[in-house]
Amino acid sequence: MTTIQRTVGAEVARVEGREKVTGTALYAYEYPVPDALYAWAIQSTIPRGRVRALDTAAALALPGVVAVLDSHNVFRLRPTDAPELAVLQSPDIAHRGQIVAAVVADTYETARQAAAAVRIEYDVDDHDSELMDGDPRIFVPETVNGGHPGLMEKGDVEAALAAAPVVLDVTYTTPPEHTSTMEPHATIAVWDGDDSLTLYNGDQGPWMTADRLAAMFGLPEGAVRVVADHTGGGFGSKAVPRPPTVLAALAARAVGRPVKVAATRQQMFTMVSYRTPTLQRIRLGAERTGKLTAIWHDALQQSSTLTPYCEQTVTPTRVMYAARHRRTVHRLAQLDVPTPSWMRAPGEAPGMFALESAMDELAVELGMDPIELRVVNEPSVDPETGHPFSSRNLVACLREGAARFGWAGRDPAPGRRREGNWLVGTGVAAGNYPALTRPSTATARAEPAGGFTVRIAASDIGTGARTALTQVAADELGVEIDRVTLDIGRSAYGQAPWAGGSMGLSSWGWAVAKACRALAKRLDELSGALPPGGLEAQGDTTEDVEARGAFSRHAFGAQFAEVRVDAVTGQVRVDRLLGMFAAGRIINPRTARSQLRGGMCMGLSTALYENLETDPRFGDFANHDLATYHIAAHADVRDVQAHWLEEDDDELNPMGSKGVGELGIVGTAAAIANAVYHATGVRVRDLPITVERVRAGLSAR
Amino acid sequence: MKPFAYERATDPGAAATLVADSTETVYLAGGTNLVDLMKLGVTEPAMLVDITGLPYDTIEHRPDGGVLIGALVPGSRLAGDPGIRERFPALAEALLSGASGQLRTVATTGGNLLQRTRCVYFQDVTKPCNKRRPGTGCSAIQGLHRDLAVLGTSDSCVAGHPSDMAVAMAALDAVVHLRRVNGSTRTVSLNEFYLLPGDTPDRETVLQPGDLITGVELPPPPEGAAMSYRKVRDRWSYAFALVSVAAVAATDTDGTLREIRLGLGGVGVRPWRAREAERLLTGRRPTEESLREAARAEFAPARPLPQNAFKIDLAVDVITSAVRDLVGGQRR
Repeated sequence: MTTIQRTVGAEVARVEGREKVTGTALYAYEYPVPDALYAWAIQSTIPRGRVRALDTAAALALPGVVAVLDSHNVFRLRPTDAPELAVLQSPDIAHRGQIVAAVVADTYETARQAAAAVRIEYDVDDHDSELMDGDPRIFVPETVNGGHPGLMEKGDVEAALAAAPVVLDVTYTTPPEHTSTMEPHATIAVWDGDDSLTLYNGDQGPWMTADRLAAMFGLPEGAVRVVADHTGGGFGSKAVPRPPTVLAALAARAVGRPVKVAATRQQMFTMVSYRTPTLQRIRLGAERTGKLTAIWHDALQQSSTLTPYCEQTVTPTRVMYAARHRRTVHRLAQLDVPTPSWMRAPGEAPGMFALESAMDELAVELGMDPIELRVVNEPSVDPETGHPFSSRNLVACLREGAARFGWAGRDPAPGRRREGNWLVGTGVAAGNYPALTRPSTATARAEPAGGFTVRIAASDIGTGARTALTQVAADELGVEIDRVTLDIGRSAYGQAPWAGGSMGLSSWGWAVAKACRALAKRLDELSGALPPGGLEAQGDTTEDVEARGAFSRHAFGAQFAEVRVDAVTGQVRVDRLLGMFAAGRIINPRTARSQLRGGMCMGLSTALYENLETDPRFGDFANHDLATYHIAAHADVRDVQAHWLEEDDDELNPMGSKGVGELGIVGTAAAIANAVYHATGVRVRDLPITVERVRAGLSAR
Repeated sequence: MKPFAYERATDPGAAATLVADSTETVYLAGGTNLVDLMKLGVTEPAMLVDITGLPYDTIEHRPDGGVLIGALVPGSRLAGDPGIRERFPALAEALLSGASGQLRTVATTGGNLLQRTRCVYFQDVTKPCNKRRPGTGCSAIQGLHRDLAVLGTSDSCVAGHPSDMAVAMAALDAVVHLRRVNGSTRTVSLNEFYLLPGDTPDRETVLQPGDLITGVELPPPPEGAAMSYRKVRDRWSYAFALVSVAAVAATDTDGTLREIRLGLGGVGVRPWRAREAERLLTGRRPTEESLREAARAEFAPARPLPQNAFKIDLAVDVITSAVRDLVGGQRR
């Protein structure tokens, strides 16, 4: 009898790695669909108003042009709760960059050329695209993204602040940011008659996209099939369908042939969502011992007039630290701007930049080590809900991270360490991200020819999900990993949530484990005698997920940064980033490390570079390409390490895992900003930390 | 993107005639900037004349220490040329600080000089821009202009020149070699090659229709000169300069600056030769204070805007530091 090595916890290489690096993995736009046409989206050049007239004669006269679509000649969609997806349903324009027409032609180039020949006349309305505090239209939403309350209050925070011996009152801002996935948003839409639609789509949630599109086209469940075998990055921007996907479906239906749509890099910036800017005020009241008595966190954000999307920016503050008096509130302004949406750790990432910068400022004010300040304020239960934590190892992360980073003996005085022209400093910040799980279904099959096939409508956006799920399945079936084939990326495999909110593996893995366990049991009962057609078992975790106890479930982490700042120019270089995380059981260290480090690199990018420049005169972003929207380049990313603690947590899912897709980005920017302060004595409260912001602080000193 | 014709030139005369005959015909070399602008509809030539087959791709070092760089020499080859690295290190440094390895492999020396501004409004055909469409107005002055110029600007245009290479060449007294459409040749100092925007920001150089850049000549650097290229940018690679300084300094034994030449990038509408700063420093022994004063004097006529005013102090700091290090280095 052979012993099967358990693979959960092993550094398994990506199962599709070879396909990807040899270029054979198909992404949405690459599927060989015969007879396809190409659609080019024409975007509004006004921020508010309506299309009065469209002159399409010149475009239609071009050889190869099949149709020009606008709000008069496309299918009438059913109403949707995502109004930005009501593509070409009316001549009204809610933001610059909105799709107002599209050209369908036999080549991509012809479609693009014809699009430039379409003349559009607009009725232009006044617009207001500038996020300003004090705007009378600002309101507090009842709930925000994720179903969180817009406002939570406990005790009397004003009185506590008034009575506190040490008070901090500071405002931070973060700019709009864009996911700019490596694979631009792309779709091929293929109709079979009027009642069956296949979408090859870059997609984080194939089943959910299919479900939504079916509803919009008035079709029954299952009539829309999404194929997303490989997706080249999502970061939230592909978690729900975006307008280009809807356009492809509408265009294919209108012309009766398959239609391909691919957004250009420039189009992406106004067509597929972005991270909202935030203006955050934090007030902390503390005893001289560092014990917090009051926490006040207010986040102002924007959305479009189409939908009141409000990010959960103050929610991490509700979890992090104990304090009897607390008030956390979101405020929203709906402006004449494109609709923001999810981008890696929506809410948590900008929110924790503010909170963890403020904690550093408070530590300075108190003359206290910033790690000790956090330890002093460690809560025993969730400070808002009173629920026990299913597991919480923030303090251990801070301690172990400090040991590995070499924090001990740090001179807290800012601006003291000089190496030639460089000012050197270190910083720390904590992070948390909820450990979410949603119901999912999966199917496991014992194949008559041998081996096992597991099917689930999961999506691997580069995370390693396919590999980790293969490991989970192999262990449950008690077989070697190479005997299991994981088929993912197709809506037809049944209900499953998206690769988003760091809930993919927890949700899908549970369903995969359940299906495989059921299959193994039936195989046992049959003593291995497989019926000729093979054997199949389902897993549906709906009841299991709902039956879980009332716990506060979060992953925690501590991030350490060492930076150097050029004293002549103000340029910042991040020499070292070290993250210490606690995220339950790690299924695949190799892919988990990659995700965590990727998140940290993105956090570095947030801290120093990423900045969409809103141009209120035009209502869009002045910069909209990767030459002017800066993302960290290789030369900016030096020593980046991600480590984790062993963490047992029985209140999560059968794997005992928490997601790591977003945890890595939460806290990074604050750790870097805090290190910049330590290096220079300059506190930059507005991201990104640019040369001129550092210099302004240096010259003021 | 408009369809265009493509012609591969085998003979400079025929190429020049094609380009001179129509304002819609342009030369194509590396295409790293032109093709992007065509995709965006910023420029819509009816014909591209590919000159990459023409014989302007050599680097000729001269016995006197000068060099003639063929217009088609790609940046990567120029930066790696041993003679350039030895005698014109500031040029090699400037090249390597620009673009990416991939771009430098195809982008040519002549094309680099003719790069267009990266002003976001110039590149967005849905917004006004005097350089792209004369008379429509400048969107940058009241909008995003952080990366744009403070020197040489006008009320019509504040677009900056993006090249690093050209900044080093400006400090090296480069001379541009041109072939005119009638076959004759002429030379233009790089420092007179670019026009100030004034009321006609669409006119960027002295080139006449059909003129073809065949090479760039660098005279021998001053006897005993040290040189460097410093670039300040938003990230550590693949970003245009916020401020860059090409400095060439020759010092007498007593520390007097016999000759000093300063090229500035990121601050000017063209690769900026800091003549006023040079004048104030030449023949003197530089001190921290005199360096700062000279650098400040260069920016006396600057027209800063809210987002890019920081560049003046930054440039003063970088000029001061660069020259101080050069002079100090020579003394060692």
